[in-house]
Amino acid sequence: MARTVTRTRRLRWNPALVAGTVLLSATALVVLVASFVLGEDAHALSAQAGQGPSGEHWLGTDDLGRDLLARSLVGARASLFMALIATGISMFLGVLIGAAVWTAPRRLREFALRIVEISVSYPELLVAVVLAAILGSGPWQVVVAVSVANIPVTARLTANLSGAIFQRDYVTTARLVGVPRRALISRHLMPNMAEPLLIQLAASFSTGLVAMSALSFVGLGVQTPDIDLGRLLADALPAIYSRPVEVVGPTMMILLMSIGAMLVGDGLAAAADPRVTRRPASTRPVPTRSKDVGSAAPVVVRDLVVSRADGTDLVHGISFEIGRGEILGLVGESGSGKSLTALSLARLLPDGLTASATALRAGSVDLLDRPARAELADAVAMIYQDPGTTFNPALRMGTQLTEVLRVHRGKSAKQAREIIAGLLAGVHITDPPRLLRSHPYELSGGMRQRAMIAAALAAEPALLVADEPTTALDVTVAAGILTELARIRDETDTAMLFISHDLGVVTELCDRVLVMKDGVIVEELTGEALRAGQVSEPYTRMLLDAVPTLAVTS
Amino acid sequence: MNTLAVEDLTVRFGRGARSVTALNAVSVAVPSGRTVGLVGESGSGKSTLAKAILGIVPVAGGRVLLDGTDVRGLGRQQRRAFLRRVQLIPQDPYSSLNPRRTVGQTLAEALDPVHARVRQHREAIDAVLAEVALPADTADRYPHEFSGGQRQRVAIARALITRPEVVIADEITSALDVSVQAEVLALLDRLRHELTLTMLFISHNLAVVSQVSDEVVVLRHGDVVETGPVGEVFSRPTDDYTRDLLAAIPGQGAAR
Repeated sequence: MARTVTRTRRLRWNPALVAGTVLLSATALVVLVASFVLGEDAHALSAQAGQGPSGEHWLGTDDLGRDLLARSLVGARASLFMALIATGISMFLGVLIGAAVWTAPRRLREFALRIVEISVSYPELLVAVVLAAILGSGPWQVVVAVSVANIPVTARLTANLSGAIFQRDYVTTARLVGVPRRALISRHLMPNMAEPLLIQLAASFSTGLVAMSALSFVGLGVQTPDIDLGRLLADALPAIYSRPVEVVGPTMMILLMSIGAMLVGDGLAAAADPRVTRRPASTRPVPTRSKDVGSAAPVVVRDLVVSRADGTDLVHGISFEIGRGEILGLVGESGSGKSLTALSLARLLPDGLTASATALRAGSVDLLDRPARAELADAVAMIYQDPGTTFNPALRMGTQLTEVLRVHRGKSAKQAREIIAGLLAGVHITDPPRLLRSHPYELSGGMRQRAMIAAALAAEPALLVADEPTTALDVTVAAGILTELARIRDETDTAMLFISHDLGVVTELCDRVLVMKDGVIVEELTGEALRAGQVSEPYTRMLLDAVPTLAVTS
Repeated sequence: MNTLAVEDLTVRFGRGARSVTALNAVSVAVPSGRTVGLVGESGSGKSTLAKAILGIVPVAGGRVLLDGTDVRGLGRQQRRAFLRRVQLIPQDPYSSLNPRRTVGQTLAEALDPVHARVRQHREAIDAVLAEVALPADTADRYPHEFSGGQRQRVAIARALITRPEVVIADEITSALDVSVQAEVLALLDRLRHELTLTMLFISHNLAVVSQVSDEVVVLRHGDVVETGPVGEVFSRPTDDYTRDLLAAIPGQGAAR
C-alpha cells in the first residue's frame, strides 16, 4: 500500500514575516483602495492652494490646491506596480543567468563570470540613469532601465551561490546518475540558495523603488500630469522651505513599502529553512563557587555545567583534576560534551552556550574570574583538530607562531623567533628558519600540526588542550604527533588534556582516561587498565570494540 | 571474471613541466562479487582513481573496463547506462545529501533522474531502507534529522537502489566517530555478503580495509606498491611502506 508522501510544508510564521506582511499588505491595500476612491481628488484643482495640514486636507494642499494625501496614495500605486514589475524582471533574468553560467562548459562559464563581474562594478543607479536617458522618458522606459541595472547584482549573487553548491557531493552524484540540467537547477540549486535570494528579492524591490523615484525626480520617469512618488517629490522641491510638509507623504510611502518588503524578505528566508527551530530562552541559577578547592593539582575542574541559552544542559556537572606531567584522555562520541569541556577551559565556548562551575582553575589562574587575555595565554594553550584551518593562509608562519611571545610576553621579534626556532627543533622540524619564512600552504599537515604544538608550548602554559589533534592526519603522520606529545609530557611538566573519539589513540598515549557520554563521565580508567582491557562499563566496552583492528590472523 | 578493471591508468594534473602525475600506470582488478580495498595516505591517488573510473577527471592513458568493455569512448546513452551500473558512495555524509530534499526524494532521484517521483518508487525505497536497517518513515524526513551514521546509511541506500553491478566506496567512514564507523562497517560487511556486491573500498585506514575487503591494493604517490589477498598482505607485507602503515595503526596494543 502506498502511503501518502505529501510533506507538511506549512509556512512557519516568524515575527519579521508577520510584521512585514502586515505592513506591506496594509500599505498596498490602502494605496489600491485610495487610488479608486481618491483618484479624482488627486487631480482636482481647488481654491485652497498651498495650505498646511487641516481636518479637510490631512497633509495640506499643493500650490494648485490639490490634496496632498490623495496625491501621495495615488502616486504610490504607480511606484508600487513599477517596482514590482522591475523586481520580477531583474530577479528572473538575474537568477537564470547566474544559475545557467554554472551548467555551461568551463570556458564559456569563465567568460560569462568575468562579464557579470565587470557589469557589477558600475553603480546601479548610474546605469539606470544612462539607460533611461537613452530610452527616453516615460514609466516603461524607467522600468526597463531599472530592471536591466539590477540584473548584474542578482546574477553575480546567484553565480557565487551556485559555485559553492555545485561542489557539494549531492550535485556530483546527481550529475552522475544523469539528472537533467533543468532539474539540477530546480531541485538542487534553487532550494539551497532560497534565503539569500529572497533577501535579494526584497532588496531589489527596495532599491528599485528608490531608483525609479529618483529617475522620476530628475524628470526621466513619469511625466506630469501622471504622478508617482518621485514626481511628487520633484513637485514638492520648489516649496521645500515654505511648505516642508509636502515631502512627508511621498517619503513616508517609500519608507513604508521598502521596510515592509525587507521584513517580508527576511521573514521568508527564515521560514524557508527546514532546519530553523525556535527555542525559548530561560535562566538558570548560578552555582555557588568554592574558592578553596583544596587541591594542589595544576588543573582543577569541579561541577562543570555547560548549558544552552534555553536552559538545556549539555555537560552535567563533571569534575576532574590533571596532575603535573599527566596526560588525561577525554573520550566519547560526537555530542558527548568532550569538546565543550575543553572549550570551557579555554574560555572559547561558542555564542549561546554558558559554562558554570564551583571551581575551574588552570595553574594559578581562576578561569571563572574572566581572566585577562595575557593571563589566559599563560594558563591554557590549545592544539586544534585541523591544522589546515588553524593558521591564517595570508601570513608567514613566523609572524603567527611568535605572536603569543611578542604580544603577551613582550619579547622582541628577534628573541621570539629564536625561542620558537628552538621549540620547532624540539618537535623535529628539520629546518626551523625555513619554516618560519614559509606560508602555511607550503607545509604538510604533519608539519603544520608540529608547528602548532611548538607555538602552544611557547607560552609555557599550565594546561595544554589537544582537541583531536590527529584526526585529520594520515596514520603514519599521526603516529609521529603522538610520539611528540608523549615526549613533551616526559620532558616538561605540562598537564595535558587529550580529547578523542578513538579509544585506540587514547590507549596509546594517556595516563588516565575519562569516558564521557551525554555530558556525564561514565567511567574513569588508568592507562594500564585500559591497555589490559579491564573496563567495567558496557559503553566503554562498546567504544573499545569499535576500534578497528586488523582482522587478520597470522 | 573481472567486473571492473583499470589497466595502466595514468592521470596527470596540470600541463607541461609543471604537471603532477596523480596515478602512474595503475592496474587494479575487482573480480565479480568481491571487495577490493584500496589503501594509501593523502596524496596517494586513491580518490583520483575513483574519479577517473567515473570520468570526473580526465585520463591521460590506460583503460577502464566494465565487463571487458572499455568505458572511454562510450556514446552519451551508453555512458549514462554505465554510470547507473557503477555507483559512488561519497565520503562526507553532510555534503552528499541535499538538505532541502527528503530522503525519499533523494532516493527517488537516483532511480528516476528525470521525474524523481517518490510515490511511484515507494516499494523500491522501502525495500532499500529496510536493507540498510533504517525505519520506513525515514523516507519522509530531511537529512538534518539524522546523525552522521544514519546519513551514511542513506548514502549507501542511494547507491544501492539502482542495483549497481559495482559500488565504489570513497572513504565512507573517515568523517564518522569510531563507534559509528564500526556500525557502518558491520552494515557494509553484511550487505556485501547478502547482495554479493562487487566493491572498490577506498580508505586510508588499513584496519578498516581489512574488515570489509577480500583483496587489498596499497597505493603510494600514484604507484601500486603491494597487492594481494588481505590476510597475506597484512600478515606478511613485502613492501617497507606497507609495514610502516601497519605499524602506525593506533590501539593495536589494547587487549580485547
